Amino acid sequence: MTDAATTDPVQDFIAKAVADHPVILFMKGVPDQPRCGFSSVVVQILDQLGVDFVGVDVLQSEALRQGIKTFSDWPTIPQLYVKGEFVGGSDIVREMYESGELKTFFEQQGLAQQ
Amino acid sequence: MPMPIEELEAALREGFPDAQIQVEDLAGDGDHYRARIVSPAFKGLPRVKQHQLVYAALKGKMGGELHALALETSAPA
Repeated sequence: MTDAATTDPVQDFIAKAVADHPVILFMKGVPDQPRCGFSSVVVQILDQLGVDFVGVDVLQSEALRQGIKTFSDWPTIPQLYVKGEFVGGSDIVREMYESGELKTFFEQQGLAQQ
Repeated sequence: MPMPIEELEAALREGFPDAQIQVEDLAGDGDHYRARIVSPAFKGLPRVKQHQLVYAALKGKMGGELHALALETSAPA
């Protein structure tokens, strides 16, 4: 991580979660039961590609729900992070999936099931 | 909280004066839109940055007043 340590525990939590998990999805609901159509789309795509991921339900905490928007300067949820990098929300993930780019990306990262 | 389509379109046109912009109300409820924006401003930018420019043009309305805005952005060919 960088030395730009914040004093905000929520930002610290997000930074640590994103650093600790190669594929992490901040979403509404949990992977088995998404509570928003946009989150559901991303879960289905990751399942389809056989990518293991951790889901974080932002509905459990208003501070987290706001904090994740600040973290990536991105106003909506879901948000997908791969190896610490923000990949996108549901539109970008779907577009990348449909073009085949997402599969290639996960393969290159060594994260797709063969 | 719904937002009239005219207001959304006007905000996008203000942010991207030289763009081709198409806005559709997907659900007819003033709350679920799709916008296709073709602007030279997007040239050479990754999609995340392109969408961030759009959100910036909407000045914080996205995620607040505006619940759902599906974006398709590109630079002119």
